[in-house]
Amino acid sequence: MTAPDTATAAPTDIRSGRLHAEQYQRNFCDAHAPLSLAQARIEADRCYYCFDAPCQTACPTGIDIASFIQRIADDNIRGSAHAILSANPLGGMCARVCPTEVLCEQACVRNSNEDKPVEIGLLQRYATDAYFAKPGAPLFTRAKASGRTVVVVGAGPAGLACAHGLARLGHAVVVLDANAKPGGLNEYGLATYKTVDNFAQREIEWLLSIGGIEIRTDTTLGKNVTLDQLIAKYDAVFLGLGLSGVNDIGIAEPAAPGLRNAVEFIAELRQVDDYATLPVGRRVVVIGGGMTAVDAAVQSRKLGAEQVTIVYRRGPGGMSASAYEQDWAQKNGVTIRHWAAPCEVLAGVQGVTGIRFAVTALNDGKLVETGETFALEADTVLKAIGQSFVAQPLGAKIELQSGRIATDASGATSHPKVWAGGDCRVGGRDLTVEAVEHGKVAALAIDAALQA
Amino acid sequence: MANLTTEFLGIKSPNPFWLASAPPTDKEYNVVRAFEAGWGGVVWKTLGEDPHIVNVYGPRYGTLLGNDRRVIGFNNIELISDRPLQTNLDEIRRVKRAWPNRAVVVSLMVPCEEAAWQRILPMVEDTGCDGIELNFGCPHGMSERGMGSSVGQVPEYIEMVARWCKTYSQLPVIVKLTPNITDIRYPARAAKAGGADAVSLINTINSIMGVNLQTMTMSPSVGKQGSHGGYCGTAVRPIALNMVAEIARDPQTAGLPISGIGGVHTWHDAAEFIALGAGTVQVCTAAMVYGFRIVQDMCDGLSNFMDEQGYTSVSQMVGKAVPSITGWSNLNMNHIEKAVINQDSCIQCGRCHVVCEDTSHQAITATKDGKRHFEIKEDECVGCNLCVSVCPVPETITMRTLAPGEIDKRSGKPVPANYANWTTHPNNPMRVAA
Repeated sequence: MTAPDTATAAPTDIRSGRLHAEQYQRNFCDAHAPLSLAQARIEADRCYYCFDAPCQTACPTGIDIASFIQRIADDNIRGSAHAILSANPLGGMCARVCPTEVLCEQACVRNSNEDKPVEIGLLQRYATDAYFAKPGAPLFTRAKASGRTVVVVGAGPAGLACAHGLARLGHAVVVLDANAKPGGLNEYGLATYKTVDNFAQREIEWLLSIGGIEIRTDTTLGKNVTLDQLIAKYDAVFLGLGLSGVNDIGIAEPAAPGLRNAVEFIAELRQVDDYATLPVGRRVVVIGGGMTAVDAAVQSRKLGAEQVTIVYRRGPGGMSASAYEQDWAQKNGVTIRHWAAPCEVLAGVQGVTGIRFAVTALNDGKLVETGETFALEADTVLKAIGQSFVAQPLGAKIELQSGRIATDASGATSHPKVWAGGDCRVGGRDLTVEAVEHGKVAALAIDAALQA
Repeated sequence: MANLTTEFLGIKSPNPFWLASAPPTDKEYNVVRAFEAGWGGVVWKTLGEDPHIVNVYGPRYGTLLGNDRRVIGFNNIELISDRPLQTNLDEIRRVKRAWPNRAVVVSLMVPCEEAAWQRILPMVEDTGCDGIELNFGCPHGMSERGMGSSVGQVPEYIEMVARWCKTYSQLPVIVKLTPNITDIRYPARAAKAGGADAVSLINTINSIMGVNLQTMTMSPSVGKQGSHGGYCGTAVRPIALNMVAEIARDPQTAGLPISGIGGVHTWHDAAEFIALGAGTVQVCTAAMVYGFRIVQDMCDGLSNFMDEQGYTSVSQMVGKAVPSITGWSNLNMNHIEKAVINQDSCIQCGRCHVVCEDTSHQAITATKDGKRHFEIKEDECVGCNLCVSVCPVPETITMRTLAPGEIDKRSGKPVPANYANWTTHPNNPMRVAA
């Protein structure tokens, strides 16, 4: 791509309706077709039912994978779903979005002799889909009412898992969320083709069917309610706040149309009814190296962008998007350029026209700019260089560490009535499945504290 | 390409693979297709007396399936030929004339009355077929009418009918045995005593394939009820191999020609039957699962194996493994093996550990220096072979024979060099002097 050196080199071309209706439909359908009954049984047969299974150890929520697969093989879908959902109440979504290639499937012993793990993610999806399609009697019931009420702030994976755990233990739960719908990143932050057919809401509907959980949307901590009020009113507080801040790219950002946050773009995609109404640039540059960058880049392509380039300041190994995700992006026609950091957003009167990058390299282990630069033409630049925790609503009540909430392993914060989990908690990998585990473990810790 | 030509009771066939008397050999059309595909011979589906019997027109077959729907076991409740006797006889005559180099043996089942056999035998002989096989095996339907396995379960009847057949026919007589019996040697001895030229075995095993748990109805069923059927296919092969070997090594029947039947799906299976004493093998389920062309793969595999091993005729292999079979009392108690896990190919599934720990001798580690690691504890290993059996990776767990003089870490004693069996063991109250 030749570099335009003037800010007006190419006309801005951001528009909607680039594709035919059926192209949108095809592009935004399930990225990976679910397994059929026959496929599921054959795949289930591949599981060795390992002793102390490495896949289970690799799962942040510790799902008994061998058992749930065995139960698929022996035609016990309810039992399979129980094995999954008892360890991970959001096992349906995790089956869709977990980077299984670096978790359970990476640990599968079949990798050792045939380089082809059991398709654990797809099997988990099979079991949970089949169960949700015909749930029958409740899988989980509530313990005797404890008379205690816990407030959960944030209806994302951590908050929902915590709420479900607390409800099972007999506590009443009130879940607050700033958005119009519960789900957090499950509802607003994932690529559409990973969770089609409104799955996030259907899963939440099932999760809430246990009873005892009240969801209050459009309620923002620090705006509609304070932490002090919650601490005073409820028996315990769980913070599953997520990361509401978006990192800056660290250079001047002109207020030009075409420069925006990737997370906003992704959220917009998830909420739109008709993809044809969504504008997308002809040439899109995504800055960043994580899953958000990949989701934004691939979906730009799927909306009809001609050229989509992810630019990342380090090499492929440094990207937090897994090799599988990188491959997925490339298969979808996204170009990935490494070793380049943004240095100037080029904009004209109509909006963004391109972006200039400084070539980077490692020098004695330190990332440095080599002095070379190049520019890419673009009418859209999406920033996906990570999100940050916004601590301001917490006041001075809660101790932070590295900008996120400091907790012990159970999620207990510096305040005796407050627990935290998910991305807002320090020390995680920012994975959905990890957030679920945080919520699950915190529910047990809160229960223990309430009984003490 | 090795020469697969087989001569069994003087009946020549281009290969040892015969189709068993069963649905695939029901009529001329099927048999011609089989010969076109390359089968060495057929045993025509069992003829009975007129009026011909009637089959059910509902499910006759049931299967035991793996999760990928590979057929492991198969059963049927189909009866003998449900066509007029003369139709079958005419077709047999035509087929034999058209295919003179293939074996055409005719299976028969008529009541245990001398007159019935005396009546049918000349008609069959007149077709020009190569031999007859007496169906004393079918465990379903006909057995309720005093035929099939209900004859095969009474050695005296076997001997009697075999004798009638030898009396009223010049044809070689093969007696097909039922496995639904306690000791297969007795019916085999009876067949021999009656003058039969050979036995074939096994016929199918009494079976119910399963139960539909939604309707609480056995399967397969014809409407609301089913009836036990004859079980066959891969799953029955070990039973069949044992029964063939029992007859091959019984001093009273040793040398009696055997046509081996029961779960032959590959050349390998066939070679095993031959090694245990079968002169030909008969196949049904494999054909019913894959169609007739499977015989080409069987012939090709057997031929390659024979070439590789230096066998120039099938007969050279017949019974080669029979001397390796003996009674438990003759096993060498001084032979000691230990399992060995190849750490380079071990994929760390841990199945060997957990089965040894839960169900055997606690002889495999799960960790070493705090890490997942599976290794044999020789001081506990009894050499049982369970770990080898469950290991998913071929050749990863193997058995090592301890050399004489080597210390068996389990007993702490050196391995004796001499052979010693239970009959002389000090713990045997009935022991005899070594």
